[in-house]
Amino acid sequence: MAAGGGIDPIHQFHITEIVALKPFGLNLSFTNTSLWMVIVLATVSAIMIYGSSQRAVVPGRLQSLAEMIYEFVASTLTGVMGKEGMKFFPFVFSLFAFVLASNMLGMIPGSFTVTSQIIVTAAFAVLVISVVLIYGIVKHGSHFFGLFVPSGVPGWLLPFMVLIEVVSFLSRPVSLSLRLFGNMLAGHIALKVFGGFVVALIAAGGAATIIAPLPLLLAVALTALEFLVAFLQAYVFAILTCVYLNDALHPGH
Amino acid sequence: MDPVAAKFIGAGLASLGMGLAAIGVGTIFGNFLSGALRNPSAADGQFPRAFIGAALAEGLGIFAFVVALVLLFVV
Repeated sequence: MAAGGGIDPIHQFHITEIVALKPFGLNLSFTNTSLWMVIVLATVSAIMIYGSSQRAVVPGRLQSLAEMIYEFVASTLTGVMGKEGMKFFPFVFSLFAFVLASNMLGMIPGSFTVTSQIIVTAAFAVLVISVVLIYGIVKHGSHFFGLFVPSGVPGWLLPFMVLIEVVSFLSRPVSLSLRLFGNMLAGHIALKVFGGFVVALIAAGGAATIIAPLPLLLAVALTALEFLVAFLQAYVFAILTCVYLNDALHPGH
Repeated sequence: MDPVAAKFIGAGLASLGMGLAAIGVGTIFGNFLSGALRNPSAADGQFPRAFIGAALAEGLGIFAFVVALVLLFVV
């Protein structure tokens, strides 16, 4: 419990079981995280299926939205990887759409942010790095490990550079998952804390009630900022995925 | 020292890292903007790179934030 008015900013991230499923000692329960993942999936699917089913020459709202998301991801992807990167388009697009939709749906008051669970973002990051490693090794074989050997480095410096490159490669899944998780967690905690200030000030009564609108205004501004962050983090996740996949596509510096 | 007090002091110290990451992100976007104002036609092409740099710098601030959270709620 936090000190301010008995409001717990962490409570919103608690996972509760909706349908308990525990076969063979494994916990496979259907939780609120699973429920919101299904909702996110349904939202993305609905937008893309209905948006692309019209095929109007002059697009309606939903079709423009679907086309905008497609164009946006396609231009980001070709900007980083070039034309041949389009073979990764379904992968990057699914990741971007899922992260964006779960960030945005998480902004609905009372909803649950799937991406504020580190296990979800870590699973995404591990998936991305696995695709990079498997594709890179299958496509380029041992040449893929040229990624860790920068060219034009004096011989005595090379072992250290290789070590640094390996560590930097290994820290990629960690930073990729922690960035999304941390941003979502921090933003939602900040919103909750400022909401808690309003409640605490009104509960205090007297002169404190008069300044209660100030944290409320700040909370409104923070909500706007959070929408920006929700989009930006989905974009950053997609573009970093592209950068990492580019290493698998074109290894060597 | 009282372990609980040490925990909160540690969390406060870890939060400093977030401010330092803010300097890094500000430097990146400030330099991007000054470069973009000198050559606006080249700015659009470099926009994703500015974001990659900002994301990498921000990630270190997030590490500091996670350390603070772990100290507050896990340890």
